[in-house]
Amino acid sequence: MAVIAEPAAAEVKRSSLWSRAFESRHFLGAMFMVPAIAILILFLAYPLALGFWLGMTDTKIGGVGRYIGFQNFVSLSKDSVFWLSVFNTIFYTVFASIVKFAVGLYLALLLNERLPFKSMVRAIVLLPFVVPTVLSAIAFWWIYDSQFSIISWLLIKAGLLTHYIDFLGDPWNARWSVVLANIWRGVPFVAITLLAGLQTISPSLYEAANLDGATNLQRFRHITLPMLSPIIAVVMTFSVLMTFTDFQLIYTITRGGPINATHLMATLSFQRAITGGNLGEGAAISNAMIPFLVAAILLSFFGLQRSRWQQGGRD
Amino acid sequence: MSHFDRRSVLKASLGGAALLAGPGIVPVRAAEWTNTPEPNASIRVLRWKQFIQAEFDKFAEQTKKFSEKTGIKVKLEAESWEDIRPKAAVAANVGAGPDLIVGTLDDPFKFPEKLIDVTDVADYLGKQYGGWYPVAERYGKKGNNWIAIPQGATGGCLNYRISHVKAAGFEEFPKDTDGFLKLCQALKKNNTPAGFALGHATGDANGWCQWALWAFGGKVVNDKNEVVIDSPETIAAIEYVKQLYATFIPGVLSWNDSNNNKAFLNGELSLTLNGISIWTVGKNSTDPKQQEIAKDMNHAPMPIGPVGVSTEQQNVLVYYGYKHSKYPKAVKEFIKFMMDKENYDAWEVASNGYVSPPLPAYNDNPVWTSDPKITPYRDCLKRCRDNGYAGDLGYASAAVMGDFVVVDMFAEAASGSATPQEAAKRAAERAKRYYQV
Repeated sequence: MAVIAEPAAAEVKRSSLWSRAFESRHFLGAMFMVPAIAILILFLAYPLALGFWLGMTDTKIGGVGRYIGFQNFVSLSKDSVFWLSVFNTIFYTVFASIVKFAVGLYLALLLNERLPFKSMVRAIVLLPFVVPTVLSAIAFWWIYDSQFSIISWLLIKAGLLTHYIDFLGDPWNARWSVVLANIWRGVPFVAITLLAGLQTISPSLYEAANLDGATNLQRFRHITLPMLSPIIAVVMTFSVLMTFTDFQLIYTITRGGPINATHLMATLSFQRAITGGNLGEGAAISNAMIPFLVAAILLSFFGLQRSRWQQGGRD
Repeated sequence: MSHFDRRSVLKASLGGAALLAGPGIVPVRAAEWTNTPEPNASIRVLRWKQFIQAEFDKFAEQTKKFSEKTGIKVKLEAESWEDIRPKAAVAANVGAGPDLIVGTLDDPFKFPEKLIDVTDVADYLGKQYGGWYPVAERYGKKGNNWIAIPQGATGGCLNYRISHVKAAGFEEFPKDTDGFLKLCQALKKNNTPAGFALGHATGDANGWCQWALWAFGGKVVNDKNEVVIDSPETIAAIEYVKQLYATFIPGVLSWNDSNNNKAFLNGELSLTLNGISIWTVGKNSTDPKQQEIAKDMNHAPMPIGPVGVSTEQQNVLVYYGYKHSKYPKAVKEFIKFMMDKENYDAWEVASNGYVSPPLPAYNDNPVWTSDPKITPYRDCLKRCRDNGYAGDLGYASAAVMGDFVVVDMFAEAASGSATPQEAAKRAAERAKRYYQV
């Protein structure tokens, strides 16, 4: 009997422990979190960690690579093309983000008003966001073509120019041209998201302000902007992140040319890692983007979400 | 008798055999091919996307013929050759993907240990067809073994408008760099300019920039792989390119590989570096203007510079199979089948001479003489150097080319954003970062 009773007792003990564990809210909660955590680790944390690791190695395509510490970063610090790409990325991000915000906010305010054919206008505003990036980049590549540009053609036909504009062949023209393409593509995201934010503001606030005799500018300054600031923080964080890490537009339109004048850190990273075969250095360039991105996120959250500023006060 | 040792006997025997073999007294035995592909093999082949539809159709047709003959199933895919490079790199890195790739240049040298040894295929083809061009051997062989089989090169020649060159005062296309510069200056004067890509155009810009560098004796590295690009020869090349650039159509700094084709077929360009595709597209076009341009155009090799020899850089295409393939013997069988002269010739005819052959024995294909305009493309591999010249092919040569070090050097100086000395120095700094690893 004792021989039979012993394992049975152990089984009962194990079974009850297992059953009791599932009755615990904490255990059950943790179990429900496991799939989500596994996905996060596998698809977010692991690639990020792998990127960090690769940046510390001399890995070549198809090779194993060995740990070299910060050697890739030291080497990059002496690389003029890398620093040019850092400048280009900051230039591209700052100008494109500012204009995208300004135009997006203007469009959002406009679309928030009573407009004829409002739904159709909203659909049109969204169009650039709907078109696949590569397709819009190819369209811009044609628009900026040195021999077949529609802009140059129109200006010449209108008698305003005598020769085609070298949009992509001159370093500064090329920089501004890709900024413009990014603005065109990014405005809908800003506009539609801010529009969603505008529609959450209670009309009673504006009615009260009207009764107090507030001007349009005062209503915008003291109601719209503070109420919109949380959504502005989110939109601008995403906008800055997406602009800073842009790849497709640049790669399709200029491939970083002319003379690396439009190389962003993302495109240079690809060029060095894949075309050049130096995965370690490519990863190091990608890693070098992280401090800038973290700074952008911190600026958005801690700068734009100040509670006093949201309530119309001063810093 | 004192000199009559084993070595001299061997020398004398080999010399005698060679003498007899020369006039054909000793019959040259056909090379033997012994390879038994794995049963029920199935392979995935990724190749460069066609510029000429008939070429791809013939390749696909022959692939089908191969499957019927051998029972090996082949899944054929095509990508733009610039997009093959990342895919090839990923396949090498993760150990999965296509079994066989037909890619470009020194890509296989970036991951040689991941590739199937194809020495037996190379030996067979070399023996069967009288040997490879030396540059083809450079692109296929690492050490004593072959890691890739050169398919040929999408040959680049000078494409020019016959009437415009004549109007510029040249009855014959110039064969040296001095004459070439004079021609470009005269074309510019007549408002029928030349134009060569100077943007990040992988094929066209690298092609003519390497030519210019080598034509004046400049080179990125010497035969010890030491960076020597910052040299008086390079400065001479840059000064020359600056003069050429002044004659070009505006916008070349932004050009990628397709710009010159478009500009030429639109009648805005009189001279550029390209494959045979401009002429073929123009000839087959339904647009009378493009047909007229095709009639008025011809091709020529790149001129010879002060170094006195051809210094072309060509877009060499290479077959390379991966060790991760479950059917390496089937992969080799496929390469051998496609490279066999009978199949290669038929494919070449369909492609209208788009690919310059890597084996001189293939030069007797009637397509090369069917129209004199095609002939200059025949000998592209005879005239060209590998892109690692004068050093080795490998990670560093691929990286220097992939990072546009030479193109940017010429572009910086030509556009005036740097002096020739500054541009050469910067190129040296950039190249050293790859070659010092």
